[in-house]
Amino acid sequence: MGYPHKPHPKETLLLSKYFGDPEARTYKGWVKRGGYEAWKQAQTMAPAAITEAVKESGLRGRGGAGFPTGLKWSFMPKEKHKAHYLCVNADESEPGTFKDREIMRWTPHALLEGTAIAMRAIQAEVGYIYIRGEFTEPSAIMGQALAEANAAALFGDLKIYLHRGAGAYICGEETAMMNSIEGKRGNPRIKPPFPAAFGVFGLPTTINNVETLAAVPPILTNGPAWYKKMSLSNPKSTGTKLFSVCGHVQQPGNYEVTMGFPLKDLLYELCGGMRPGRTLKACIPGGSSVPILNRDETERCLLDYEGAVEQGTMLGSGGVIVFDDSADLVYQIMRLARFYAHESCAQCTQCREGTAWTTKILERILAGQGKTSDLDLLLDLAENMTGKTICVLSDSCAAPVVSGIKKFRGEFEDYIAGKRNGRVRAER
Amino acid sequence: MSVSARPTHDAATEAYQPVFTGKALEELQALLGRYPTKQGALLPALWLVQQQRGWISDRDMTEVAALLGLTPAYVKGVVTFYTMYHQHPVGTHFVQVCTTTPCNICGAEDVVKALLEATGAKELGATSPDGKWTVIEVECLGACGFATPVLINDDFIESVTPDKVPEIVRKYT
Repeated sequence: MGYPHKPHPKETLLLSKYFGDPEARTYKGWVKRGGYEAWKQAQTMAPAAITEAVKESGLRGRGGAGFPTGLKWSFMPKEKHKAHYLCVNADESEPGTFKDREIMRWTPHALLEGTAIAMRAIQAEVGYIYIRGEFTEPSAIMGQALAEANAAALFGDLKIYLHRGAGAYICGEETAMMNSIEGKRGNPRIKPPFPAAFGVFGLPTTINNVETLAAVPPILTNGPAWYKKMSLSNPKSTGTKLFSVCGHVQQPGNYEVTMGFPLKDLLYELCGGMRPGRTLKACIPGGSSVPILNRDETERCLLDYEGAVEQGTMLGSGGVIVFDDSADLVYQIMRLARFYAHESCAQCTQCREGTAWTTKILERILAGQGKTSDLDLLLDLAENMTGKTICVLSDSCAAPVVSGIKKFRGEFEDYIAGKRNGRVRAER
Repeated sequence: MSVSARPTHDAATEAYQPVFTGKALEELQALLGRYPTKQGALLPALWLVQQQRGWISDRDMTEVAALLGLTPAYVKGVVTFYTMYHQHPVGTHFVQVCTTTPCNICGAEDVVKALLEATGAKELGATSPDGKWTVIEVECLGACGFATPVLINDDFIESVTPDKVPEIVRKYT
């Protein structure tokens, strides 16, 4: 176990090329590796030309939603009447995902460079990098890189600040993040108004994920056509993507592959397959908020936005959670529901009540006190939790429950019928 | 700023020593320059309080509220939203163990058991009799490929297994 692993020949190293190379963390080391060339180039370009290049590259948001980055930037007002802001989403908290952490730990200047370029494109003078509170090491490394960049007066009038979160998954939702930066509880806001019109402090704002921004410098230096060509399946999904693989594989870690790469090859070749004597049972390919795949679907799934949808799931953040035949899916789905119940901001009833009751019913089933009607009750609850709230946390709790019951119903029924031992710990 | 004069329920027992004097006050002033509103500095100001005091008391919240032009109740509302702010004293070594699904399937609950045993904290959320250790379970620490991650104060330790726990605990005692 552990990282960095030796790169696999089937990986395409763009963002992860310098993972494991401590010298790349320093300003000098980064410049020696061609760093900040893209920033120099960006300074000679008009903001609209930068946005156009990113649009042309086909880059889509790597935080989970997959929204086209250049298009998002183009929503910002062209005529500047008020201050503009950039928020960098480094609140990586989606179970299964640990890619942004590695970008910040090994190549902090890649993120700073991408941040500065994005700020120029959207004409922002202030950028906040919102790092989750638990990321003590990445935060320290980012702080050092930022101090070096500031000492070299790299960014002119642009001000980039680190903002430390304090333990709230929901702050990874863009409007909750803006509230958190404003010194408020991290409750998501109703949209519209959208951030480009009324964002942080009520001013035009763009929010981008760490991995998205780190991909921007190579797009400028190599050209959008070069980036766009990196696509193994659907041309709407371009470039490379970091996949964080965890759970029951021999070599968990971050693997960078071209969009459209088969999930099967990622698991069986790059990650060394299952542990000896074990077989693949299920896989969540895009972080805990997306539907679970069974073995057949996993082996058919291509890793791009469209390929994941084709198998009934989503690419999400690229956090791949692997379960082998030893995993108790009923227990693990309860554990995911408990995660969402813990992280619900509690402002919408469907989410506050729905996540809590989903957890309680699953705990009841695990304790051997489930009723046959409980599975329908869970599905009914899930129905009421989907598409009815301000943000998608509630939907995210429903996704693994619905797909889990649909694909592994027998395991739930065994608990209800008393064929399996009750297994649940007391509430914390 | 009249809120600072309002007595809190425990103000009568002993004189309150403010957090924001000298260097801490300078740090807060530097923070204020980063945000267009005073309130923007609330989360970082609370971090400064916790770094100095180890936790955030009601009276600390009243002090922060006065400095940022907020009410103590508003500040408390924010403190209670975020799980990393402590509203009561915790052990010198505050241990957070991830037990969310990816770590859970790799044996995180056994790591919790081993930590409760080795530190003497015995129960989740309780502090060991010597006041040194508090162990809690947390949701996803964002290092799922390095199961099980454990955060001891600001030290992030990866790939912890039950057999490594006694050695880790020894390092802090």
